[in-house]
Parts: sequence; structure tokens; C-alpha cells
Amino acid sequence: MAAGTGSGRTVSATFRPIRGWLLLPSWAIIGFFMVIPVLLMLVYSFLTKEFRGGVIWEPTLAAYDQFLFDRGLFGDEPPTIEWAYITIFIRSILQATGATLLCLLIGFPTAFFIATRPAHTRAIWLFLITIPYWVNLLIRTVSVRFLIRDNGPLNDFLLALGLVDQPLGLINTNFAVQLGLFYSYLPFMVLPIYAAVERYNFAFSEAASDLYAPKWTILRRIVIPVVKPGIIAGCILVFVPSLGAFLAPDLLGGAKTYMIGSLIEEQFKGNAGNWPFGAAASMILLSMVLVVLLFYARGQSREGA
Amino acid sequence: MKRLTTTTAILALAAGAAAAEGELRVYHWFEYMPQELVDKFEAETGIDVIIDTYDSNEALLASLKAGTLGSYDVAVPGDYMVAIMAGEGLLDTFEEGELTNKANIEDQWLNAPFDAGRVHSIPYQWGSTSVSVNRDIYTGDTNSLSLIFDPPEELKGRINVLDSQGEVMALASIYLGIPQCSQDRDQLRALDELLQTASAHWASFGSDIAKDVLVSGDAAAGMIYNGFSAKAREEGANVEYIYPDEGYVVWMDNVVLLEQAPNRENAIRFMDFLLQPENIAQVTNYAQYAAGITGAAEFTEEALATSPENNPREGAGPGVFIEVCDQATQEVYDQIWTRLRS
Repeated sequence: MAAGTGSGRTVSATFRPIRGWLLLPSWAIIGFFMVIPVLLMLVYSFLTKEFRGGVIWEPTLAAYDQFLFDRGLFGDEPPTIEWAYITIFIRSILQATGATLLCLLIGFPTAFFIATRPAHTRAIWLFLITIPYWVNLLIRTVSVRFLIRDNGPLNDFLLALGLVDQPLGLINTNFAVQLGLFYSYLPFMVLPIYAAVERYNFAFSEAASDLYAPKWTILRRIVIPVVKPGIIAGCILVFVPSLGAFLAPDLLGGAKTYMIGSLIEEQFKGNAGNWPFGAAASMILLSMVLVVLLFYARGQSREGA
Repeated sequence: MKRLTTTTAILALAAGAAAAEGELRVYHWFEYMPQELVDKFEAETGIDVIIDTYDSNEALLASLKAGTLGSYDVAVPGDYMVAIMAGEGLLDTFEEGELTNKANIEDQWLNAPFDAGRVHSIPYQWGSTSVSVNRDIYTGDTNSLSLIFDPPEELKGRINVLDSQGEVMALASIYLGIPQCSQDRDQLRALDELLQTASAHWASFGSDIAKDVLVSGDAAAGMIYNGFSAKAREEGANVEYIYPDEGYVVWMDNVVLLEQAPNRENAIRFMDFLLQPENIAQVTNYAQYAAGITGAAEFTEEALATSPENNPREGAGPGVFIEVCDQATQEVYDQIWTRLRS
């Protein structure tokens, strides 16, 4: 960092005249792949649905109304709160939270372990963490399915050892989804925490220890506050994709109950063909993610001040 | 998938040299066309075949409506979807005499209710959708759709259901003895209630996994297509395909000529190729359904003619096509379907 600051001024001076042009690719990519699609979704969520997919260009709040209010099977009863979608959202939030906590529980010690290895072996440990991720997420999720199914190796092993007398029945449960999410996103937790712990100066711990601080206190009062940005970054990186995941619920949960991702997918790809509703659900999901990120940003800036 | 990649790889290699005859873009179901047949067509015509796959009629419709119309020449929708797609203006019409082998279509399929006079489509395969049970687990003698809608103790929590609203609603209606697409409110409520109760005993929803879960033992019973069940049996699962007392769903998949097909001429050649009995029989042998083409039986494996999956038992209820519901009923169906999964 320090080395870069010195030369920073000259570099920026050199590039100042063309800075706008240099930023152009970034702006183009952000605009084309993020701003335009999100705006499109926003507009679609306020349009009238066309039967069997598509939209009619007449503005309406029907999609958001459908999300919030239940008007009975035939749509003519007085509106009450629609629990179906709220249930799906709550289920997704719980799953994502569970996956995040599980990742943190396993990821933090793992990151700590790697960061405390001799410098020349750290790269190998990190390399080992990333190996499974060379394989496509779909394949890895299917593999988990094969592992935990009733006639799969895990149950065969437990049965052979006599630890259980019938298969655990893990497949097609919320637990299986949880396991899949945890497995899919674990490195997203390990890597940022590792980056934070690696920069941690262990002299602090030694100093605290010399002052008779118990290990738990050192962890709680010194280590965790210092590596907190890494922990928060890891949590966000796990929580956000878990929230919208649909592969794990589909393949490990048996697609029996929807998570937000599967609900949205169904609106565009499945039977329902209700694009405005899918767009509205996406916007609600997006708003939720934004709220989480805003809290994070506020926390960060307060610490900075 | 492997097929897709091989085809693409071959295409990539041949891209520079060949391509004189152009290409054919097929939008197809999974596990439904043997590679040898694709190779044969390519060898006979010099046309490069590119295949993409989908896993439900609705996914096909959604994709075409979302903007892939114009990138494919032919697709293979099921019966009711042919009618829907024609209504949506997604299908092109054959010109008189354009299909040389059109006369090979069996009489019973020539005036199909979903495409009168066969102006958009030709038969691909037809079969049925019903229920299979694992005979190692369930030994009872029930031949009713109650196997999934009111399952016996040993099947509870071990049932896979096709992730296809049309098929689930149709079979549930058949089980209840109510007409498909019923607009009667009491009947619709009964349908809703039945599915809510039954789904508590279901383990999973999935179409492409329907065979695999029976073979692996993840499921002990499942809603499934007859040929897919035959394949499960071939792969070693002790499964029996049930032709229920109440009746079952009959379907026919059809090759349709898509509107804005980039290679319309090649699409016609492909259809003429599939209308030849010896060619379509290869699909039948691979997928274990039945072709709707005169003379195909000569080229199909003998076992197929007598297989339990292809021959409804004495006393089974009638096979019926899935009907296309009007918007109001469809919206009720959509609600029931979402409630089922929430």
C-alpha cells in the first residue's frame, strides 16, 4: 500500500486527460449488464401480464398486489394477507442465514488455520480450498445428491458401521438444501476472512496474553474486531447468493418447496408464465439485498468516522 | 448433454469446410433422439444439426416467447402445446405437397385434434403418463391413481411427481373423476384440496429425474412417462408401470415447423427424414415409446410390441389427451400450483 502511494500522483496525472475514456469500458459493462436489465425488470414489474408469458404495455400494480394479498382461489373474495410468498421469502432468508452461520462457523477457523501456516505453505492450502470449485456448481450439487441419497455412500457407510439401522433420509429435506448452500459458498467465506487474518499482527495477541488476557477475551476483544471487515464481507458473499439460489433447492430439496430463486424461475420458465410477477418478486429480493448492504455500508462508514 | 457437445464439437471442426448445405437448429427434449440418427441425417444430407434441449413444454414456450423464436427451425412440443403454440402464432404452415412423405402418417394421427390436417406438425412419438411403483417396496395390488394421490403407508414420503403442471392437474382430475379444465368451483376446490393433502406425501417434483430416482431408490413410486419407466426397468429397477382404473394421460410429441425458421428448407428435409419408417423407428427403439408412422413397426424391436409399458392392461381406464384450459381456469391452476410449493 505504502509503496503505491508515492507513485500514485504521477500515475494519476499521466492518465488524467483520458480518465473518462479509461472508465468507459467499466461504465459500459455496468450499464449494459446491470443498469439496463434492472430497469427493464423494474418496468416489467409494473406492466400487465400476458396470458402464457409476455407483457402487455398497460401499467398496473397487479404483480405487487398478487404478492401481498390473497383474494381466494377465484380472485373474488375480500383481500387478506397472502402468506404463500411471504412463507417462501422467510424460508429463503432462514436458509440463507443458516448457510451463512454454518460457513462462518467452519470458515473462520479454516481461514485462521491457513493464515497461521508458514508463508510458503499458505498458497497450497488456498489452492486446496479452491480445487472443488474448478468443477461446475451444477455437477457439485448433483454429486452432493449422490453422496447423501438413501442408497448413497454416506448411508451405506453409516449402515455398515452399524451407527444407524436405516438410512438417514437426508435427501429432499431442508437440511440437504442447507448442506448444499454451505458447500457451494464456503470459499466465499474463507477467502475474505483469510485476507483479513493474514494482515492481522499477532503481536497484539501476544501483548494481550502478556497482560493475562484469557484466550477467549483475546479472540473476542482483539482478533474479531480487527478481522471484522473480512467476516462481514464473507457473510455478504455467502448470504446474497444463497438467498437467490435455486439449484440446491431443486436438486437437494426435491423442488418440493420453492425458495425465492425457484419462485422467480417458475414465473419465467415454468407453467405460470407470469413475467410481471417474476419481475416484482425479483425487485423485492433486490430491495432486501440492498437493505442488507446499506446496513453494512452504514456500519462501515460509522467505524471509519 | 454429451450429445450436444459432440455435435457442437463436430460442427466447430466442420464449420470452415462444410456448411454448403447449411445447418438445422433443433430445439428438443432431453434424452429423446439417438445420436446415430442425427449422424445418419447429417451423412445423408450434409446438413449440420445443432440441438438444444428443454425439460418441459412450458419451458419451450417460455423460451420462444422470450426471444429465441427465429433461432430454431424445429421443436418437439407435446399435443396440447402444439395447439397453444399455433394459437400464439409461433408455428409456420406447410405448403401443399411440401412434405413428400406426409402420406406415411398413420390415419389416426393425421387429423389430430391439436393440429387438424397436420399443417404445422408431424408425429414424433406418442405414449402415456401414469404411475410406476417399485415392486420391492410396494407389493399391494392397487391399480389406482390413489398410489400417488392417497398413497399406501409404504409409499408415503417416497413419491416423485413430474414437475409439469399440465400432467399433474390432468391426472388429479382423472382421479377425482372431474372433467379437465373444469370451471365448476366445487370441483376446483376439491382439486385444490386433493393436491394439498397428497403433496404432503410427496418427496420431490422433477421431470428429468423421474427415471433416475426410481433406479436409485430415492423414490419408491413416481409419476412417469411409459417409455421412461421401461428404461428404468431396463436399468435394473424392479418397477411396474401401472395403467390405472381411472384412466391416464396420453400424449403425442410432434415435430413442428417454427415461425421465422432460419433454415426452413432443411427443416422440411428433416421432417421428411423422420417420416420414413426406418428412421423414426430408431427413435422408438431408443426412447421406447411408439411412432405414429405407418410401417415403423417393422423396424422396431420386438420386445416393444409386447412390453408392459406399451400395452394397457385389460380393465384400465381410458387414455386422454391433456386439454388446453381457458385463462380463468388456468389462473386458478397456477394458484393451486403455487400453494402446493409454498
